[in-house]
Amino acid sequence: MDLYLPIANLSVNALVIILLGGFVGLLSGMFGVGGGFLTTPLLIIYGIPPTVAAASAASQVTGASVSGVFAHLQRKGVDFKMGGLMVAGGFAGSIFGAWVFKALQASGQLDTVIAVVYVLMLGSIGSMMAREAIQFIRATRAGQAPRAAKRRHHPLVASLPFRMRFYRSGLYISPLAPLLLGFGVGILTILLGVGGGFILVPAMIYLLGMATQVVVGTSLFQTLFVTAWATMVHATTTKAVDIVLAALLLVGSVTGAQLGARFATKVKPEYLRLALAILVLLVGLRIFIGLTWRPDEIFSVELS
Amino acid sequence: MKKVAALLLVPLLMGQAKPVLVPDVSRRQIDIAYSFTGAELLLFGAILYPGGRLPDDDKPTDIVVVVKGPTQSILVREKERIAGIWVNAARLRYRSAPSFYGLVSSRPIDDLVDQRTRAIYELGLDSLQLSPASSAPAEEQDRFAHGLSDLKARGGLYYQKPGAVEISKGVLYRARVDIPARVPVGRFTAETFLIRDGHVLAVATKEIDIRKSGFERFVARSAQRWSVAYGLVAVALSILLGWAAGFIARRV
Repeated sequence: MDLYLPIANLSVNALVIILLGGFVGLLSGMFGVGGGFLTTPLLIIYGIPPTVAAASAASQVTGASVSGVFAHLQRKGVDFKMGGLMVAGGFAGSIFGAWVFKALQASGQLDTVIAVVYVLMLGSIGSMMAREAIQFIRATRAGQAPRAAKRRHHPLVASLPFRMRFYRSGLYISPLAPLLLGFGVGILTILLGVGGGFILVPAMIYLLGMATQVVVGTSLFQTLFVTAWATMVHATTTKAVDIVLAALLLVGSVTGAQLGARFATKVKPEYLRLALAILVLLVGLRIFIGLTWRPDEIFSVELS
Repeated sequence: MKKVAALLLVPLLMGQAKPVLVPDVSRRQIDIAYSFTGAELLLFGAILYPGGRLPDDDKPTDIVVVVKGPTQSILVREKERIAGIWVNAARLRYRSAPSFYGLVSSRPIDDLVDQRTRAIYELGLDSLQLSPASSAPAEEQDRFAHGLSDLKARGGLYYQKPGAVEISKGVLYRARVDIPARVPVGRFTAETFLIRDGHVLAVATKEIDIRKSGFERFVARSAQRWSVAYGLVAVALSILLGWAAGFIARRV
């Protein structure tokens, strides 16, 4: 079923896009990540212009995080104070990100920077996750009870001034830490069309040392607002949000997310984490190959 | 006085001596709607010879049809390997490159006219007047022009297709031009050339408008003109769909 995308100016197979959204949604439901880090590269591989892909993938992440936020709200799994600070940082970050986006676009290095950031990010997070999951699986196989990691925040975070209390997170830290974290993720959201959950969650656990029961809910809370905001920023600056493409992705991904969430309860979480790590590494490897191998076409054209 | 009168008569006399093309096109306007996957244009017409007589020599008559999209100002970048990765390095700006160039002819264009005539009438991908906005050496300009036409050819936006024009009884011609789905909107021109013995004897031009229609037009226009409202609708749509899926999943 061919469908014409009015902003991307090309015709795509609607079923392929819905299935792509569904596949990403399935993973996001299983692993609790937004899945933007997969959508954008997959869309680019399919032939959607990178700007349109990044701009439209953000709205898919918004849709995927909505039902998660509602579920965590009921369980009181959202630290509003912490989440609000991250959202504020994220808004500022995405405005700064839009400026970076334009500057990179003008210099012609946008695609390269996007690819390099992806490789670095996916490579480091993927290998970190894989190592941890393997250690965990080995420890359980050997019959040892895996020791619960001691919760503490990074010394850098502790050194920041103006400390305040975050009751739900069980923390007494400077508000600058979540603000800066939100700022960084906001830049990534604009540049890559990702929600940033796969960065936020480890950062909240290992850098801030938040109580684990509010980590995912607060991360989703930040993702929801920042991706919605990023869609607005893209709509008003790059004007590259393709609402038809976003709708197709959404239909697939929200359905996939529900199926994934059900499937996730039937599998051991450490194996899920290992699977996600392998997937993240594979996507990173694919982009790395694209950067280093001689491309099929060394010329590119843009309107000026 | 006589001389002036004679000069005024020259074009008339020439008009009588040369054949004339009467072209038409199957669609004056192509609407891009949700199901648009490209279109096929049929350009047809008649060759009117002076006095209604076909030329009696046995030289072949050929027809070339060139369909051009609106010209664009574009920037072409060339990737280079720097520190192990491929990044955009050199670039060249073109002030007026056609967004679409389709040439169909009854025989390969190289057999019909010489290099000079091809350059004058922009017949053939290697004879396009791209007007590069740079004083780069000719060798580099050639490389970029070749790169551009190769890139456009991959997307089906530049092509030349010999043998796609049929001429029946030396009088009626019919040409098929494929318009791919990736074309930009705007005014396209279709030029028909009548060629005999290495000379262009007649040229006729028709215009075709390609535009988005209905919903696609509305969406593209909203994104440009009412970008804030457009963004809000996109966000509302994603929240609504996400919430609805969660709601349905809890019920099932």
